[in-house]
Amino acid sequence: MPERAEHPAPLLTLSGVGKSFGAVHALVDGQLELCAGEVHALVGENGAGKSTLVKVLAGVHTPDAGVMALAGEPVSFSGPADARAAGIAVIYQEPTLFPDLSVAENIFMGRQPLRSLRRIDSAAMRRRTVELFARLGVRMDPDRPARGLSIADQQLVEIAKALSFEARVLVMDEPTAALSGVEVERLFAVVRSLREAGAAVLFISHRFDEVFALCERVTVMRDGRWVSTDPTAEVSVGLVVRRMVGREISQLYPKQETTAGDTVLQVRGLTRLGVFDGVSFEVRAGEIVALAGLVGAGRSEVVRAVFGVDRYDSGEVLVGGKRIPRGKPAAAMAAGIALVPEDRRQQGLVMELSIERNATLTRRWSLSRLGLLGPRIEREDAYKWTQRLQVKAGHLADPVSTLSGGNQQKVVLAKWLSTEPKVLIVDEPTRGIDVGTKAEVHRLMSQLAGEGVAVLMVSSELPEVLGMADRVLVMHEGRLVEEIARDRADEESVMLAATGQKAGPA
Amino acid sequence: MTVRARGDVRGARRLFVVRELGIALALVLLVAVTTIYNPRFLNAQSRKDLMLGATILVVLAVGQAIVVITRNVDLSVGSILGLSAFATGKLFLAMPDAPIVLALAAGVGLGLLCGIVNGALIAIARVPALVVTLGTLYVFRGIDYSWAAGQQINAADMPSGFKRMGTQTLLGIPVLALFAIAVLLIAGFYLRWYRSGREMYAIGSDPAAARLSGIPVGWRVFTAMAVSGALAGLAGVLYAARFGTLDAAAGNGIELQVVAAVVVGGVAIFGGSGSVYGAALGAVLLSTIGSALPVLRIDPFWQQAVVGALILAAIGLDRALTARIAHRLRGRRARGA
Repeated sequence: MPERAEHPAPLLTLSGVGKSFGAVHALVDGQLELCAGEVHALVGENGAGKSTLVKVLAGVHTPDAGVMALAGEPVSFSGPADARAAGIAVIYQEPTLFPDLSVAENIFMGRQPLRSLRRIDSAAMRRRTVELFARLGVRMDPDRPARGLSIADQQLVEIAKALSFEARVLVMDEPTAALSGVEVERLFAVVRSLREAGAAVLFISHRFDEVFALCERVTVMRDGRWVSTDPTAEVSVGLVVRRMVGREISQLYPKQETTAGDTVLQVRGLTRLGVFDGVSFEVRAGEIVALAGLVGAGRSEVVRAVFGVDRYDSGEVLVGGKRIPRGKPAAAMAAGIALVPEDRRQQGLVMELSIERNATLTRRWSLSRLGLLGPRIEREDAYKWTQRLQVKAGHLADPVSTLSGGNQQKVVLAKWLSTEPKVLIVDEPTRGIDVGTKAEVHRLMSQLAGEGVAVLMVSSELPEVLGMADRVLVMHEGRLVEEIARDRADEESVMLAATGQKAGPA
Repeated sequence: MTVRARGDVRGARRLFVVRELGIALALVLLVAVTTIYNPRFLNAQSRKDLMLGATILVVLAVGQAIVVITRNVDLSVGSILGLSAFATGKLFLAMPDAPIVLALAAGVGLGLLCGIVNGALIAIARVPALVVTLGTLYVFRGIDYSWAAGQQINAADMPSGFKRMGTQTLLGIPVLALFAIAVLLIAGFYLRWYRSGREMYAIGSDPAAARLSGIPVGWRVFTAMAVSGALAGLAGVLYAARFGTLDAAAGNGIELQVVAAVVVGGVAIFGGSGSVYGAALGAVLLSTIGSALPVLRIDPFWQQAVVGALILAAIGLDRALTARIAHRLRGRRARGA
């Protein structure tokens, strides 16, 4: 049980901090109050702005608005080096070590102890590394390269780094996501001893048992805004979850009632070691199935494997009862699967090519005559589809990069819908697009399902999942943990399953 | 578990050393076989020729290694060498009494300038080094050609003191080779013992992590390109001293030999590991192959094939070692709870 201590003055405060990337407001009103000798939890849904807030603290992003103060003094960082000099250490979800360099060098990079002629004193560096590991209660060879260290050990190296420059504030972004039970216990012991030593620790996690076991206060964020800060002793898991989701399901979702037909897509025991494990589900014609879960739960990896972009180690994928070979997107397309990928700029479109060429890219063979793809055929076909999806474009020969995000997404959809798929897989179909276009994309998906297409949707937006899906499949750490029917699905049940809590009264 | 892991780590470190030892071994083997075949291969004159032959490649390889360690590449070194060599010749034509130190300073300065152009384009305009230096390869060579305008500078035009530097020896080692050894030792010392040297490795190992840990990535890459340019300039002066006869084509195509030497010498082409010593050994090995094959009466055609096979072997070995080290070091697999 965490004991409550008196925290007279906060060590680090953020108030009204905002950060936008183009039209995306990642952080609108970030607020935080960290005290020395406190472990403070920061929770929120995917996209709530936690990572942006961390990067502001780390000096990676310069905030557009708001004030950051350290020990009462306003500070502004122009780079990660400034944040470090101010005593803020950040441990990212994926530790950022140099694989080719030794553990000791990783800890002291840029701050190596020196001897005469400003040479690096490697004996002192090794000795201090051993001391740091002794303080952390771990044994690690300071001379071994960082390559091949487990994630847990990499985090310990990062913590040793923070100790080495006497960090006053330690930020840990989902440190336990990849750790086993024993490793989590060891990490917690280290964090508690740092707290005893007077450090302020910001702990970001999706695991509520950890938040409540380790932290004294919890701050909830939603949609880039601060929602609440409370002592963990005074709130329950259920209350925190409600604050995280906190929205009414709007009636924005034009879900048509459809009757599901035959099973079209069957996935049986799909496994890729270390990524996802024994995933089985089916999608029937006319049905929209949502694959929900937290970032990193393995949802995108599963659909990429189904489509054949990535390989899998065992299991099978069947379309209409016929098994499709693994690792062959062309075979998946021939079987009638279409995948609208998560990242349209990197995976969905060829940004330099014209709109019409992007829209017809999936059918460059079927559209060609005598092996040649004439510009007229391309243009006429592209015109048909862009009209149908109401793409707002000046000229079809313009590069697709000139379109807005929403219209780009429509081009990706056009590209795949024109293949007349039996199974449409959409990964984050409305990420980063405006509300109006969102509704159009949703209407389109609903209409397609009405026409008998089996739709599998990966989405991190709970309202979208709840508004569109006939069934919700929830993944947690590479496993399919729960299947929730439309009438039983609500924000709490999905969120609890996604965070690995047992569903039920909170 | 811990004890075993420590043993594995030692083994892994041994594997790292194996790279440089392997090249040294190949070199010794090559020299031994050739000497058995023809004992004159190691007489005093021939030893001197071997060392002189390797000198220019070693100087270039040291600069290239620094660049490659930061996950960049400098393809313009051959053109910089040509420019600097021709400038040295022109300098002596204009001022026959110019001291050698002035020629060295001019060559290095010109090379440094070229390196600064490369570095600025990479660091400020954020164009990949491969593209920038491919462009400047032609630009610098073009400047060289238009400056030379078909002119050839002959050894007779060079002051005798300068030419003597190309043939003199000190304790049996050619003076030119001493330059290469000095450059190698200074670069090796810097990369091993100085913060900024270690940061070069960090940048090559993971550029994103380097930025996150506050390393001035752009500035360090700029420095690496400038140093590589300056060393290519130095190599140009050494070239002029050794051959005396100069035209605008000096050092044409040598950049690929340099990259080959660096790769054969165990510097990972994606940066982060390897050493200038390995690169220098690679350069010595390549130039020794060039001298040994005629002695062994092997068709010169095979020389290219052997160099190619060595590069493939080095890269293959690199992949195999990396995989093996990763396998050995993976104490346990990180799995979700």
